[in-house]
Amino acid sequence: MTRWVGASVPRKDGIAKATGQARYADDLVFPGMLHGRTVRSTIPRGRVRSVRLDFDPAGFTVVDHRDVPGRNVCDLIEQDQPFLVERDVRHMAEPILLLAHEDRERLLGANVEIEYDAEPPVFDPLKSDGVLKAIDIVKGDVDAAFAAADVIVEGTYRTGHQEHVYIEPNGVVAVPEEDGVVVYGSVQCPFYVIKALKSLLGAHRHIRVVQTETGGGFGGKEEYPSMIAGHAALLALKAGRPVKIIYDRVEDMVATTKRHPSIVRHRTGVTRDGRLVAMDVEVVLDGGAYVTLSPVVLSRGCIHAAGPYRCDHTRIRGRAMFTNTPPNGAFRGFGAPQTEFAVEVHMERIAEALGMDSVTLREINALAPGDSTATGQVMRDDCSARLVLDEAVRRTDFRRKRETCRGTNRAVGLALFYHGAGFTGSGERTLNSKARLDLTERGVRIAVGSTEIGQGTRTMHAQIVAEAMGIPYDAIEVAQPDTSVVADSGPTVASRTCMVVGKILEECALEMRARLGSMSPAEYFAKQGGFSVLKTYEPPDWIEWDEHAYRGDAYATFAWGCDVVELEIDRDTFEVRPIALTAVHEFGRPIHPALAQGQIEGGTAQGMGYALLEQVVMRNGVMANAQLTNYVIPTSLDTPDFDVVMLENPYPGGPFGAKGLGELPMDGPAPAVVNALRSLALDVREIPATPEHLAECASR
Amino acid sequence: MRFTLNGEAREATSAPMSRLLDVLREEFGLTGTKEGCGEGECGACTVLVDGDPVCSCLVPLVQVDGAAVQTIEGLGDDHPLQHTFMSEVGAQCGICTPGMIMAALSLGENPSLDDIKVALAGNLCRCTGYAAIYRAIMKVKSA
Repeated sequence: MTRWVGASVPRKDGIAKATGQARYADDLVFPGMLHGRTVRSTIPRGRVRSVRLDFDPAGFTVVDHRDVPGRNVCDLIEQDQPFLVERDVRHMAEPILLLAHEDRERLLGANVEIEYDAEPPVFDPLKSDGVLKAIDIVKGDVDAAFAAADVIVEGTYRTGHQEHVYIEPNGVVAVPEEDGVVVYGSVQCPFYVIKALKSLLGAHRHIRVVQTETGGGFGGKEEYPSMIAGHAALLALKAGRPVKIIYDRVEDMVATTKRHPSIVRHRTGVTRDGRLVAMDVEVVLDGGAYVTLSPVVLSRGCIHAAGPYRCDHTRIRGRAMFTNTPPNGAFRGFGAPQTEFAVEVHMERIAEALGMDSVTLREINALAPGDSTATGQVMRDDCSARLVLDEAVRRTDFRRKRETCRGTNRAVGLALFYHGAGFTGSGERTLNSKARLDLTERGVRIAVGSTEIGQGTRTMHAQIVAEAMGIPYDAIEVAQPDTSVVADSGPTVASRTCMVVGKILEECALEMRARLGSMSPAEYFAKQGGFSVLKTYEPPDWIEWDEHAYRGDAYATFAWGCDVVELEIDRDTFEVRPIALTAVHEFGRPIHPALAQGQIEGGTAQGMGYALLEQVVMRNGVMANAQLTNYVIPTSLDTPDFDVVMLENPYPGGPFGAKGLGELPMDGPAPAVVNALRSLALDVREIPATPEHLAECASR
Repeated sequence: MRFTLNGEAREATSAPMSRLLDVLREEFGLTGTKEGCGEGECGACTVLVDGDPVCSCLVPLVQVDGAAVQTIEGLGDDHPLQHTFMSEVGAQCGICTPGMIMAALSLGENPSLDDIKVALAGNLCRCTGYAAIYRAIMKVKSA
């Protein structure tokens, strides 16, 4: 029995968010502060011929690439993306010039004339010659195995861009400090910003990053804030004054990252009795104009591309392609929602081709302990594909409900999915994340770089430490992520903040507890003074991963989900109304059930938007509907009633058995919705399934 | 421009066509009212004007001349909705929360789930899928 873990304790945020007292980036004001603005390219590809300031520059700070003291590259996986264009423009809305002024109206009114020599852009990833990253996963002998198949089913599935729509747009404030800057900002990964600024400003310089209260991230504040922080830092250093850059919604949508569009082709050999014998999958992602995180998005997408199924002969070929659009980037799910959409709709089509119940097809092929994935990873006891499938089917009475819907405008659809938690393969070992606990006069303080972006980091970490130390939850304090204070616990991404960082904190807590002996933190502090415990993450010793061959244990564990959606269609307008969604998830064990339920409900709603509503219209390489007026996310009236079921199957390597959860809910809704639509005799293979697209499907 | 702000008579010196949102945040330092889109779609900037929820990004200052404006700060820190938004996890990232609470204030007693959905249809939340927000409101508004 645990006291704090498993209880829905009050959030560590206190009541600040509900009283308006929580301080977000735009709420900060510093003496002498200027407002900053980014002047961006208006062509998708070409060269800058001339830049002319068409305003009186008095009172303005103006920065271009010549003002970069260090290297003009946003240091991430590669060093290819400039902070400011030097000559070559590779996408629309690429930063060219920075302006700052104390009067926002004058700043926005300043006109800059830029002349270009335009070159023909490439927007279609299938027509691009630029391979950004290639991944090949091979298991068994696929070509030979097709000979043993009774039926071969082929299909191509497409997904569009998706915009994060955190309700707080991106923003930072850079303030000169010592010989460098401190950046306060709405960021997921403060240490990513440090890395990028060290390269931009010079490694010797004083640089500090402080995460302000952050109004949502979903991956959208993983890598892009480094760019904005760099811009604000350059302006602040040149002006010698604080500079605030807050994007408005249009700029945020036009210029920052989105979910990668995908084209996934499947060719699957199956026996008459429904066994998958050969899977040949081709994944193409549109990477956009720079590398950013696309290689790892492709990696996760490919690893999940065969779905939660066993098949001895599997080949997955993945390519991320350069195009002349703003770079696509991290978004909750990180490649897996795209490929799991494809495989789950494809499974439905395989069942259709066999004349078989699609639930039965999944039952026959679902991964079980002892089975291996496409990379050859052998499933352990924490594999729950059948557990979640069986419970979802039972709870919703799926087969009967599907029969009663026949011939009506109602339909039910199901999707089975999984999500690997933590960095892929040897990623966690390379990251070498650290966490620290401090014994202070006030009690025990958590000092990690993991950010609270709404998901409950502070609360959940404090529960883990309280439980492991055997002291009250209220005695735990959580430091604001300030890179000069906290340990680098790695980025707040990849469903790793609970499972990985929580685990390090648990170990720190156990060591601190042992050192305190029978004394309380206050007694120990009074007698011996404070001390800190710093620990490094140690991945499970059985993990073996060959990065070159893409073989082995891709993830320490997977979380599992099965979604059943019930919806209704208007046969005249093709408007789809989602009615109810049952989400059965297994993610080890919930540390905080109410927070976990919130992750599932919120992620599922985001997945419903992805499925039905959220269409990024790209015109000349830039988002044409960059407003919340015409890029529509689910409102209260578009969101179905949720029935959330959290099943437990502890993962021994996680804190108190917990796995990662944050991304899993994003993987299921889109295929569940499309599979429901398919049962209405609409041959849908693409999202978003807008009324216009469904009308097209109906007329085919 | 004179108006009542959170129960007190105040005079604003910003330009008459300034957005009420900017006046609240910059002239009066009431940063609990948030900007999410600047075009009246997300509702993060919802305040009450003479008791009705409005998007303060769409309201010019001149339009509240003589009116009563209430912001999240006007609720203090002990309103039941503030407590249930935190305890039911109706607030995750929190950026929509002040606007959500202001919109929820317009609901009468014992609202149905549909009443709540309609009342909040102009307030976007990207974190919760709304369900926990309904739970927070139900807890206060249901007898």
